[in-house]
Amino acid sequence: MSQDLKDALQNADPANIATINFGPTHPSTHGIFQNILKVDGEKIISSEQTVGYIHRAFEKLAERRPYNQITPITDRLNYCSSPINNIGWEMTVEKLIGVDIPKRVQYMRVIIMELARIADHLICNSVIGVDAGALTSFFYPFSEREKIYELYEELSGARLTTNVGRIGGFERDFNPLFHQKLKSFLKTFPKAFEEFDSMLARNRIFMDRTKGAGPISAERALSYSFSGPNLRAAGVDYDVRVMSPYSSYEDFDFIVPVGVNGDTYDRFMVRQEEIRQSLRIIEQAYNNLPEGDYKADLPDFYLPPKADVYNNMEALIYHFKIVMGETELPVGEVYHAVEGGNGELGYYLISDGGRTPYRLQFRRPCFIYYQAYPEMIKGMPISDAVLTLSSINVIAGELDA
Amino acid sequence: MDKKNNQDYLAAIQAAFSADVLAHEETFGILNVEISTAKIHDVIAWLQQEPSLSVNYLTNIAGIHYPEAAGREFAVVYQLHSWKNNVRLRIKGYLPKEDLHIATITNLFAGANWMERETYDFFGIIFDGHPDLRRILNMDDMDYFPMRKEYVLEDATREDKDDRFFGRNNNEL
Amino acid sequence: MGKIEDLETINGEGYQLTTLDKAIALARANSVWPLPFATSCCGIEFMATMGSAYDLSRFGMERMSFTPRQADLLIVAGTISKKLGPVLKTVYEQMAEPKWVLSVGACACSGGIFDTYSVLQGIDRIIPVDVYVPGCPPRPEQIIEGVMNIHELVKKESNRRRYSDEYKHLLGSYQIDIDNGQEK
Repeated sequence: MSQDLKDALQNADPANIATINFGPTHPSTHGIFQNILKVDGEKIISSEQTVGYIHRAFEKLAERRPYNQITPITDRLNYCSSPINNIGWEMTVEKLIGVDIPKRVQYMRVIIMELARIADHLICNSVIGVDAGALTSFFYPFSEREKIYELYEELSGARLTTNVGRIGGFERDFNPLFHQKLKSFLKTFPKAFEEFDSMLARNRIFMDRTKGAGPISAERALSYSFSGPNLRAAGVDYDVRVMSPYSSYEDFDFIVPVGVNGDTYDRFMVRQEEIRQSLRIIEQAYNNLPEGDYKADLPDFYLPPKADVYNNMEALIYHFKIVMGETELPVGEVYHAVEGGNGELGYYLISDGGRTPYRLQFRRPCFIYYQAYPEMIKGMPISDAVLTLSSINVIAGELDA
Repeated sequence: MDKKNNQDYLAAIQAAFSADVLAHEETFGILNVEISTAKIHDVIAWLQQEPSLSVNYLTNIAGIHYPEAAGREFAVVYQLHSWKNNVRLRIKGYLPKEDLHIATITNLFAGANWMERETYDFFGIIFDGHPDLRRILNMDDMDYFPMRKEYVLEDATREDKDDRFFGRNNNEL
Repeated sequence: MGKIEDLETINGEGYQLTTLDKAIALARANSVWPLPFATSCCGIEFMATMGSAYDLSRFGMERMSFTPRQADLLIVAGTISKKLGPVLKTVYEQMAEPKWVLSVGACACSGGIFDTYSVLQGIDRIIPVDVYVPGCPPRPEQIIEGVMNIHELVKKESNRRRYSDEYKHLLGSYQIDIDNGQEK
């Protein structure tokens, strides 16, 4: 706490302290979060959060769903980057049943997950721009974002809640249109992205507005179990992709950008750089995409093609067993983490061998770091609190589970 | 410098808290250690302080309900991570349903605050010494702990879901 | 000024006759100010609808009204939990007449896949809904179609809707008093 703030708090006249309701439906909360702020003039003295406005009982729901039906629930965790959630969950189950995933599937997953990361960071960064007063920075990246949606559509048929992939691989291979669209995306996106970057990154107004807004030190961020871009902005280079590589991330050359001050500007810049790194990863993965099958040989979990189900006894039996949840599952406890859009997205799965998980807990990075918000905005003006909220990228679905 | 592995961690914990290590196993590369509930706070504090182990990161806290296990109905699982050695570690404590008290670790990790509140909200486990143990996700006036196995998932106010139409009760129709 | 095609009129050399009601309805339909009550996944699709590719401004809706007092259309996009229900109802009550409600997405319409203890099983349990847009989440095209259906309603409905017995009865069934818009 700065000396200025200490003086201000000590000298504050109780009659001047106002209570302000920031949320639940405030234009700049971008979601439903409530913060009750106590302010002395513009300065925030304290704040109290209420969350749970979109609590949908994911964990209870997961206890009633067979494993393949949990993938659509994970879509709705961090819905800005659904494919990462889907694939993270599939990898958790694959870890439980112990299966080797073909290299091609791993590379395909990397491509899709990095596309999702770009889509996620684009939303967050464009919204930071909006909250700083630059609406153009919302319209520019959104037309590019639509192209990522089109790529999802080629692979999964859906735009947002993709339900992409299956346990053991993908539902289908990249089709020719996907290849064509991905190639054109890789060609056109960097230019459009740099245009977006040049609007804000060195913009004097934007820099003055965001520098020093909502900072957090590395020590506090660690104590609060921060992860992802918010932690890296505070200067800690923890990235699940590097620390415990999954899906062949060790094959790719990329850097983990870090910030210095942990403020809004650093968070913005870290995300911008991560988008560039994601593009590098996609290019590496796409150029070295191995030949092979788009799914593992896993008849107990991977639905056979529909034509076989009608004509082939064995396929029919597997189909029946999978749909009815008759597959034998190992008993055990698995924790698998992926680097989601917001940080370490973990799945703690306890299987008792039944058709549904005995317990499935999602480690939701948003939920864990949002509790630091009052500490980050203490002593800030309200306008900085708005920027801080959008720059830590709190996604309601992930926050409230 | 050699990185420590799961066995080194287990040996260190057993050496320091021999009487309190009730069970241990390794599942899917992660060491699980069951510690007597009263000592969990001390063990985690020690793991955090011990320079060679340096467990610096609290990944998450999970509650689990085992309604059939008499005297061990509830479990609290702390997943910890040492970045120095890149070792993940699970500390477990079991609680009987009559006495759902366990010491808070909010004084060790600030991030434990909401994780413990969530566990309280879902399972009713009381973290002694927690600064603000209230419900977090559910409504304040909720009168049960929804993640316990005996409570139903479905919304009770729904009228359009007639069991007869789902083949669950064929007496009528 | 040329002839306004949308209106049913009597035309002649240099004049166009219609009723004031219809002219007002046309003006109103093309300047609906929406209040986006976007809570979750559908909110992101709503953002895409507002964005450059789908461009909701073509429908006279580029002005998002974040205050309920100056909004005509409440767009509820996303899951509404029981905890949030009272907030939504307050927002609805604060809107001035005339007002319409567009329910976007399976969750807002019926609870969707979240048939759970914490989720409100459709917002029509607490506020009246004019148009439902199904989908999880609906594509921007679907949201636009919902908006166009709202426009049709706005054009057709009487300017004096709020005084009709049916409307009073409808709001009464949600325990909302039409005269001051507050809960009874």
